[in-house]
Amino acid sequence: MSALLGDGLLALAQVAVMALGAPLLVGGLRSLKARLVGRRGPSPLQPYRDLAKLLGKEAVISTTTSWIFRVTPYVLAATMLVAAVAAPILLARPPLGFAGILLLMYLLLLGTFFLALAGLDSGSAFGGMGASREVAVAALAEPTVVIAVFALALRADTTNLGAIVERFARDPLLAANPGHLLAFVAFFIVMIAETGRLPVDNPATHLELTMIHEAMVLEYSGRHLALVEWAAAMKLFLFMTLLANLFVPWGVPDRLAAGPLALGAALLAVKLGVLTVALAVIETSVAKLRLFRVPELLSGSFALALLSVLAVFLLR
Amino acid sequence: MTSLVPLATAALGAALGVVGLVGIFGPGWTLSTTWLVPLGGLSLVMDPLAGFFVALVGWTALPVSIYAIGYAETRGRAAWIVFLLAMGVVPLAANVMTFVLAWELMSLASYFLVVGPTREAQRAAWVYAVMTHAGLACLLAGMLLVAGWSGSTEFAQWRMAAPALDPAARSLAWTLLALGFGSKAGVVPLHVWLPLAHPAAPSPVSALMSGAMIKLGVYGLLRASFDWLGVGPAWWGGAILLVGAASALVGVLYALVDHDLKRLLAFHSIENVGIILIGVGAGMLFHAAGLPELALLGLVAGLYHTANHAAFKALLFLGAGAVLHATGTRDMEAMGGLIKRMPWTAACFLTGSMAIAALPPLNGFVSEWLTFQALLQSVRIPSVPVTLAFALSIAALALTAGLAAACFVKAFGISFLALPRSEAAAHAHEAPPSMRAGMVLLAAACVGLGLGPAAVVPALADVARPLTGDARAVTLGPWLTLQVSGGYASVSTPVIAVGLATALALTLGALALAGADRRRRAADTWGCGRLVQTARMEYTATAFANPFTRVFDFFYRPVRRVEIDAHPESRLFVRRIEYANPTRSLFDDWLYRPALTAVRAVSRRALAIQSGSANLYLAYILAALLVLLVLA
Repeated sequence: MSALLGDGLLALAQVAVMALGAPLLVGGLRSLKARLVGRRGPSPLQPYRDLAKLLGKEAVISTTTSWIFRVTPYVLAATMLVAAVAAPILLARPPLGFAGILLLMYLLLLGTFFLALAGLDSGSAFGGMGASREVAVAALAEPTVVIAVFALALRADTTNLGAIVERFARDPLLAANPGHLLAFVAFFIVMIAETGRLPVDNPATHLELTMIHEAMVLEYSGRHLALVEWAAAMKLFLFMTLLANLFVPWGVPDRLAAGPLALGAALLAVKLGVLTVALAVIETSVAKLRLFRVPELLSGSFALALLSVLAVFLLR
Repeated sequence: MTSLVPLATAALGAALGVVGLVGIFGPGWTLSTTWLVPLGGLSLVMDPLAGFFVALVGWTALPVSIYAIGYAETRGRAAWIVFLLAMGVVPLAANVMTFVLAWELMSLASYFLVVGPTREAQRAAWVYAVMTHAGLACLLAGMLLVAGWSGSTEFAQWRMAAPALDPAARSLAWTLLALGFGSKAGVVPLHVWLPLAHPAAPSPVSALMSGAMIKLGVYGLLRASFDWLGVGPAWWGGAILLVGAASALVGVLYALVDHDLKRLLAFHSIENVGIILIGVGAGMLFHAAGLPELALLGLVAGLYHTANHAAFKALLFLGAGAVLHATGTRDMEAMGGLIKRMPWTAACFLTGSMAIAALPPLNGFVSEWLTFQALLQSVRIPSVPVTLAFALSIAALALTAGLAAACFVKAFGISFLALPRSEAAAHAHEAPPSMRAGMVLLAAACVGLGLGPAAVVPALADVARPLTGDARAVTLGPWLTLQVSGGYASVSTPVIAVGLATALALTLGALALAGADRRRRAADTWGCGRLVQTARMEYTATAFANPFTRVFDFFYRPVRRVEIDAHPESRLFVRRIEYANPTRSLFDDWLYRPALTAVRAVSRRALAIQSGSANLYLAYILAALLVLLVLA
């Protein structure tokens, strides 16, 4: 029973860390980007203020829409919260002990599916355009994710997230393989595509013809928009945490005790900080790709993932 | 009179379903009447594999028949009973005679269900008849070869004789059988009849054909590869794996750019048969490599997807039928906004769409997840070509999953959401109660198969175990968790469902705690200052599919046709503009058209000896007779 209680507490802690930490991550990234291009930029806490402001406003709902449009923000938030319990965030073994990366990917797909439907539901050309582009990018990113996971699963002999982290943490030599780095880069590109960052999508733009994610959620307002933005921040947090804990699993605590947990949380913050800086540098140094160049980027990432599998094979 | 037929098929379906389930779990039985027909007579035998497919036919037919009670179209209803009965007999056949009789009866009955008054339906039925009989020819050739070598038309005798056969002969027979069964299952490149026949048939028939009939091709493949011909060489499994991967990708790619709702679903049948065959092919490869545990896993994944596809594809076809019934069109570009006028149909179609897109916690997710786990463990076979085949299939399956989700966003979003795109769609009406009942039953099956793998997987393992040898593929852990190969991977859909529900409640609670504004105001969709919103401003299915057409243009080879009818005074005043962006089929252009051209050329040569004169023909017969006598 105490194991169940421990898992429950850990689940709550992970949900809290992701739910509360995600806006800070986005805010930090934004102010860092502003500094890099010489602006002062908003405070890293700005996303919290935005969310609070949105929660205080009424929701304007198009008469064209159906219940799909109204439930989507909740479904989206729910998938991200379940993902928070299924991912190794604070502890190597997530509270949802059985979770594998495939489950996470399909959970994210569930959110994308509803969000794209909501985009079509508004009946505006923007919504449809955003939905079409978002599902295209998500579909093309899928093979990379699975193949990159294959490269990890080959060495860890499991697709279970917790077991992968534990195995690599215990046996660091497993990661001493060029395939590890290739898979990391492939997964990083997928993160950029899935979370709508530059050069795939520009999260700061509202220029109609170039936007993907923002076009799809254009009709949302009030609490619905707050949920959608919050979920998008959590998605970024989730991908970064996966990059940090799956590919650099050292220091992720493997047992439920206060000391290691605190140390692990601090280490996670450091890793996320490094990744944020990397993302900010990339985002400020590249221009947005034309939409029809994005598949080339994604097939490039797929090639990297395939190469990583090959490298793992050849250098075992 | 006509309304009695659905009742009869419903009863027959339920009976077949029960017989099949008893066959899976209970003892096997045999039934034979040697006097009825020559060549061994009719002979049936029940084993778990046959039981699974009989149950599949029966439980698909039951909700479809309930739906059909309220369905308006009455074409060829008497053929239904024959069709259903023949499908129920095929898996039970114990000798060549029984099998071919039932198989041909099933094909003929379905031909009469497809053929209809329109030119389109007639062409579809014609192509279907040709393809199905070409398949039958391959099957007969393969079966007669094996019968000749083993000296028996009883399948039980083949089982014993197979290991002693010459490997090359065995492979030849397998290839012929695989071609025959593959054409029924609709694998690439033998799939061309499927996107023609499924839309042409009445929707309940489409549901039965897609849900049950094409699965009998999978059944035959399983029988031939695991049972009749014994353990085959590795390349059989490799071929099935790659053909499966190709079918999955080709099916979903064509579905993405097709905006005829029923044809889109037909293309998805090709995709899903591909996914099933990926599991089956992986099972065959593991079987050939002597890894019974993984072989069982691959087969269980394939069988699970077979059952799942029957549930969600029948549901989707019935949903498409309800839409066709209400709007009179299959063209998605003329639909829209149906969710408000047809809430039941929309909810059922959404369930089916989520299931086929493999979204957790519904049934498609479970079987695709199992298939992935089988593929990911391919490294247990230490061979580079095998691993390469597996890696390609993994990537193909992942891309297929993503594209299928995209395609059903299109199918549901364009057909059911936003504003109606035509008068007919604006005046659509909800389906009558019996049609709704059929759809709700199937939607419940999708949810049940999704949440209940802990009960389904052991049963499927019982079905597959006689084929692969004793092994344990999947064990059950706490919290209804499926555990694959010990600790390799695990998942529990009931826990995910509970988790999602809890998270929804948590989100609502958090919003209430944060004091979120609960007011809601209705307004127009924002439209850059335009005055009224019409359906013409909506994104179309063609536009939705455009990114895919561009990314995969090497596959679609789209043609762009723009016709502008401008005012004679100035080209700036456009009176009418027509835009078409059709794709061209690789298979028609590179395979079937050259083949047809060759056939025509040969026939034209043969025309030289045809004069129409009876005397000359008599001379030919005499000459042939003389030659034969001399040879003998």
